[in-house]
Amino acid sequence: MALLEIKNLNVSVGEKEILKDFSCSLESGKVYALLGPNGCGKSTLSGVIAGNPVYTVTSGSILFKGKNLFDMTPSERACAGIFLGFQYPVEINGVSYAAFLKQAINSRLKAKGEKPIDAVQFMKRLKTRALALGISDEMLKRFVNVGFSGGEKKKLETLQMAFLEPDFCILDEMDSGLDVDAMRVVANGVSIMREEHRSFLVISHYDNFLELIKPDVVMIMAGGHIVKTGGMELVQDLKEKGYAEYK
Amino acid sequence: MKQDTKAQIKQITDADYRYGFETDVDIQTAPKGLNEEVIRYISARKGEPEWLLAFRLKAFRHWQTMAEPHWGKLHYDPIDYQDIIYYAEPKAQKPESLKDVDPKILETYEKLGIPLKEQEVLSGVVAVDAVFDSVSVATTYRAKLAEKGIIFCSISEAVKNHPELIKKYLGSVVPYTDNFFACLNSAVFSDGSFVFIPKGVKCPMELSSYFRINAKNFGQFERTLIVCEEGAYVSYLEGCTAPQRDENQLHAAVVEIVVLDGAEVKYSTVQNWYPGDENGKGGIYNFVTKRGLCHNKAKLSWTQVETGSAITWKYPSCVLKGDESVGEFYSVALTNHYQQADTGTKMIHLGKNTRSVIISKGISAGHSNQTYRGLVKMGPDAQNARNFSKCDSLLIGSNCGAHTVPVMKSANPTAQIEHEATTSKISEDQMFYCEQRGLSDEEAVALIVNGFCKDVMKHLPLEFAIEAGRLIGINLEGSVG
Repeated sequence: MALLEIKNLNVSVGEKEILKDFSCSLESGKVYALLGPNGCGKSTLSGVIAGNPVYTVTSGSILFKGKNLFDMTPSERACAGIFLGFQYPVEINGVSYAAFLKQAINSRLKAKGEKPIDAVQFMKRLKTRALALGISDEMLKRFVNVGFSGGEKKKLETLQMAFLEPDFCILDEMDSGLDVDAMRVVANGVSIMREEHRSFLVISHYDNFLELIKPDVVMIMAGGHIVKTGGMELVQDLKEKGYAEYK
Repeated sequence: MKQDTKAQIKQITDADYRYGFETDVDIQTAPKGLNEEVIRYISARKGEPEWLLAFRLKAFRHWQTMAEPHWGKLHYDPIDYQDIIYYAEPKAQKPESLKDVDPKILETYEKLGIPLKEQEVLSGVVAVDAVFDSVSVATTYRAKLAEKGIIFCSISEAVKNHPELIKKYLGSVVPYTDNFFACLNSAVFSDGSFVFIPKGVKCPMELSSYFRINAKNFGQFERTLIVCEEGAYVSYLEGCTAPQRDENQLHAAVVEIVVLDGAEVKYSTVQNWYPGDENGKGGIYNFVTKRGLCHNKAKLSWTQVETGSAITWKYPSCVLKGDESVGEFYSVALTNHYQQADTGTKMIHLGKNTRSVIISKGISAGHSNQTYRGLVKMGPDAQNARNFSKCDSLLIGSNCGAHTVPVMKSANPTAQIEHEATTSKISEDQMFYCEQRGLSDEEAVALIVNGFCKDVMKHLPLEFAIEAGRLIGINLEGSVG
C-alpha cells in the first residue's frame, strides 16, 4: 500500500483552478523531490495535503495510509503523521518554542488517548534534537518565529519535524533564503530522519540543496499536474534548459 | 474561517461552569432589604462596637442621597436594592479550631481545592483565610505569622482584637463618600481580610483569601484592608468563585491598601465569578473599588486575571502620594458569551519622580463587550513623573467589541506619559500553523491567547499563573468561529 495516494485531484483557490487532474503515488521510505515553475501548484499541493482551508478541492481523492484524508481536520492529519515545513512560518508572540512543542506533543498524545509527556523526558527529547541541529538553548526560549531570520525559521521548522517524528514530511521550499551552513542543517535533518516508515516530499528549486538531500525520485510539475518523473539527472537537465519544454 | 470549521466549533459544548455547585448548609440570613434595622442587625450579629456601627450608619445615610453611576459602557437590568439579602452566615458560631467548622463547609473548600488544614505544606507556603459567604471560616498558619508580628485575620476579628488599627486606617484610602458602591459597601460590608505587616518585616509566605458567594439573592460585600508599615513586604492573592445561579448577584467589594515609606505590596487576583450562561442569563455583577495609597519610595502592584462575572466595573488604582513611589497594573480581562466589562486603572501621581506602568490585555469573544478605561493623572508637584501604558485588545470572532478610553491629564510640564495600544484578531495563518502541528482549534486559541497575555501572566505568583492559564482555556471554550 502506498503511503500517500493522490488520484485525479482538482483544486481551486477562489475561482482559479490550480491543480488539474493531479495524480501520484508516494511510497514509504523514499525522498521525493518536486520541482516546477512558479505558479504551477507546488505550494497548493502541500497546502491541500495539510488541510489548509483556503484551498477548495473540487474533485479527486487523497488516501493517507489507506484512509481518506478529506475526512480528517488539519490537526487530525497532523496527529496521523503529516508534517508541513512552511515556506513562510508564522509568528506566535508570547509562546516559546519549548512551550509550543510541548503542547504539540501533548496534543498528539491526547489524540492517542495517552497521558501528557513527562517534563524531564520532554526536555531531554527536545535538547538532543536541538543539539544535533546546532540550535542553542537560548533559541528554544524565544517566541515562535518572532524576530527570526529566514534561515533561523527554517532551522526551527526542521527541529519541529525532528521532534515530532512524523511519517510524511513536506518541506515547502525550505531551502529558500538559506546560506550554505543553514542549508546543510536542513539537509542533515532530513538525512538523519530517513527511515523505512517515513517519506519526504521536498519542494525546491535549487540543485545544490537537492544534491545534499539526494532524493530517490524527482518529479516535475507544470500546468497543475506532474509532467515527468525520473532521477537527479532531471535536475541537471532543468539547470541547463529551464522549464521551456514543459510549458 | 471556513463555514464548516465554524459549524464544527459551534458543536463543541461549553464546559460546565466547574464551580457551579451549592453547599447545603443551614444559613442564617438577615431579612431582605436595606434599611437602618438591617444595618443594626448586621452590626449586632458581629458584636461590633459603637464606633463601627456609627461608621456604617453614616455611610448608609450618605448612600441614600447618592445615585447609581451609569457612565460605564454597561447595560444591565436595574438593581433592586431592596430585593437583596445583605448578610448571611452559616448557622454554627465562630469556630475555635477546624473541628468546630461545619463539615459541609470544609467539604466545599476541599472541592474548590483550598487548603484549610494547617499540616498541609505547599511548595511555596500559602496561608489561607477563607470567607464563606460572610464569615471567615478559618485562618491557617496564624501562629507562624504571629511570631513575626504579622496580623492576618478577618476584618471582624481585627475590629475586636486590633480596633486601633481599624479605626486608624479603615476608610483612609477609600472614604465612604468615594462612590455609590463603595458607600454601599461601607454601610453593609460583611467581612474580608485584614493584613498588617509591621516595620521592616518581609512576610515569608504568600497570603491568600478565598471568597465564595453561596446564598441566593445574596450580595457579597467584602472589605479588605492591608497595611504595610515602613520597609515591609507582602504578597497577597485573592481568588473568587461563585455557584451557578439564574438571578444576578451583586458583588460590591472594597479593597484598601496602605503602603508606608519604602514598603512593597503585591496584590494578585484571579477572578472567576459565574459569568452567566451562553445566552447571557444570570451571573455576578462585580462592582469593585480597589485603591492603594503609596508613601515615599513605596511600591504597589496590582496583577489581575478576570475571566468571570456577567458585569465587571473595577479600576484598581494607585495614589502615588509619596516621592519616588511606584504603581503597577497588570491585567488580563477575558469576556465571552454576553459578558460585559468596563475596567481599567487610575494612576494618580502626586509626588516627585513617581513612576507607573500599566499593561492591559483584553480578550473579547462571543457577543461580549469590553472597555478599558484608564486615567493617568499628573498633579502639579509630580516633577519628572513617568507613566508607560500599553493596552492590547484581541478580538475572537466578529460579534464582540473592544473599546479603549485612555484619559491623560497633566499639570506638570516635566511629567511624561506614554501610551501604546493595539487591536488584533487571531489570524487564520496562526490557527492553521498550530493545527498543522497537531493542536485542536481550542488548544490553538488557548495557546495563542496565553501568548498574548504573557507580559501580564509573568507577574503572577507561579501557582496562580498556572490556574489562570487553565481558566483562560476553559473560559474560551466554544468561542472560536
